Amino acid sequence: MTTSTRPANSEPVIEVRGLSTRFGEAVVHQDVNLVVHPGEIFALVGGSGSGKSTLLREAILLQEPASGSIRVFGQEIVGMSDEQALPLRRRWGVMFERGALFSALTVTGNVAMVLQEHTQLSERLIAEIAAVKIALTGLPADAGPKYPSELSGGMRKRASLARALALDPELLFLDEPTAGLDPLSASGIDELVRNLRDSLGLTIMMVTHDLDLLWRAADRVAVLGHGQIVGVGTMTELSKSDDPLVRQYFYGPRGRAAWEQTWKQK
Amino acid sequence: MTNDGMADLTFAGTGGAAVDARCVGAWTVHGIARLEQRLADLSWPEGRDLVVDASAVSALDTSGAWLLQRTLRALEKDGRTVRVQGLSPKFDSLLQLIRARELAAETPVTTQPGMLARLGERVWAGVPGTAGYLSFVGESFIVLLRACVHPRRLRWRPILHNLQIAGVDALPITGLLSFLMGIVIAYQGADQLQRFGANIFIADLVGLAMLRELSPLMTAIIIAGRSGSAYTAQIGTMKVTEEIDALRTIGVAPQELLVLPKVLALIVALPLLTVYTDVMGVLGGMIMAQSKLDVSFGSFLERLDEAISLSSYVVGVSKAPVFAMIIALVGCYRGFQVTGSAESVGKQTTLSVVQSIFLVIVTDALFSIVFNWLDL
Repeated sequence: MTTSTRPANSEPVIEVRGLSTRFGEAVVHQDVNLVVHPGEIFALVGGSGSGKSTLLREAILLQEPASGSIRVFGQEIVGMSDEQALPLRRRWGVMFERGALFSALTVTGNVAMVLQEHTQLSERLIAEIAAVKIALTGLPADAGPKYPSELSGGMRKRASLARALALDPELLFLDEPTAGLDPLSASGIDELVRNLRDSLGLTIMMVTHDLDLLWRAADRVAVLGHGQIVGVGTMTELSKSDDPLVRQYFYGPRGRAAWEQTWKQK
Repeated sequence: MTNDGMADLTFAGTGGAAVDARCVGAWTVHGIARLEQRLADLSWPEGRDLVVDASAVSALDTSGAWLLQRTLRALEKDGRTVRVQGLSPKFDSLLQLIRARELAAETPVTTQPGMLARLGERVWAGVPGTAGYLSFVGESFIVLLRACVHPRRLRWRPILHNLQIAGVDALPITGLLSFLMGIVIAYQGADQLQRFGANIFIADLVGLAMLRELSPLMTAIIIAGRSGSAYTAQIGTMKVTEEIDALRTIGVAPQELLVLPKVLALIVALPLLTVYTDVMGVLGGMIMAQSKLDVSFGSFLERLDEAISLSSYVVGVSKAPVFAMIIALVGCYRGFQVTGSAESVGKQTTLSVVQSIFLVIVTDALFSIVFNWLDL
């Protein structure tokens, strides 16, 4: 889809090669390979316990794989020290599944904190930039001075997204961006994810269960199953796949409903 | 002009009616730090119409776009007409995006209220706190009465569990500290008594000080720090994770399950601990008396029997249940005051310990006055 507008030879933003992960005896990943291109919305799906979130955590340096290579912006991150990782960490933003907002800070405080840590801007400009980010994620202006405990689930996700966007990252990781949201808020997130990519030129990698989000926002989708990637492609391509795991995932009753709905809209 | 691609703004000199300013470099969150300062003290040239040339901007992100937008708007407010030219289409759409969100970024100026207003606010905020505490005590009392009417509804398992945690598990630390306290008192008194040849009165000194005052007070303070804080943290965390609400929905009064067993267990445990610390404190004093003043254990105990009336012992131990109630109720009340955040748990735990120790000492002083009236 949108990948066609990009030069074909552009370097991938994330490149995972031969990745294996084990928790003690349990094998989570075995020889996982995937590539995320600049400017695309890449989604990682799979059943519960298929290791999607683990893969995400490995890509953002919260966990070490047993073997294999992960390259982000062309740099090998497996075995990287915290010191070397800092410049990389400033180039990506992460939105956690449950928001992970600092409960002691207001929404503005949460966004401003990142800017205070990493820039030398004045307090006034930081507050203004934070307000711009909060507005970008579609939160009302009066959400800024509120504490996370005063927000609804959907607003908390948006606030978390605003914090992830604080340093204008080139790459955004989203862990279950719509989990636990009502359909209305969830479809708001679909739109938001697309808008952000289109207006800010971000590359987005997300882990999700939400078939609606996949149909509406994802450019390419990888399906994880039995510790391996069993299918990669656009949703249309995957829906024609013969792999039993992929079919099971997309042609369950809910998968069919989301698929039909998308066709009706088209 | 551009060093390391940092964002900058330069004037191209006046040519004709329009004034040219040139934006160069990377207008990004990491590049604009110096520029922000420069823009603040920049004096713009005269002229109504400004043309800003942005063709040399190498990178623009939302932060840079906001700074540019903010600058342009300030110029427009001065009554000038500003035209931006040469901005690449990609950057221009970003600038438009920021412009559309501009209203949101206008942070309202919050003025700090005056000192008198703040004082008033704090006092006003304190009133419901006191009232809330009183109503909490009242509710707990009602739960207690209900439990007295239907003793079978008392939850023995949590009571015994709390007795174990707050009582038995506290034996080593309270015992050790009161033993040391006995040694210290005897050691301090030994010199004075020796000077008057009144060695044997060491038993009066240690016995009275420990039994009447120090042992109940010190035990209460240790338990406030040890168990009171635990009560607050436990209930507070349950509040954050909505366990308290869950209890209410299954029809279990949180007070009945969480507060009552703690209060009852501590009312039993603290007097017992006080008796135990009485013994340990006197033991410490006795050992010191023998080594420093050559008062044998036998003569020490004989003198103790004569010097200390039963009332001194009873006075000391009778304070303990009151302290226990203060500690348990303040600890639980503070737990219920926790709101949403992790910081709130910490704040309320601190408050719980500080307030219960404060109230214990104040109550102890009141006891002294009352016992004095009663000639005990």
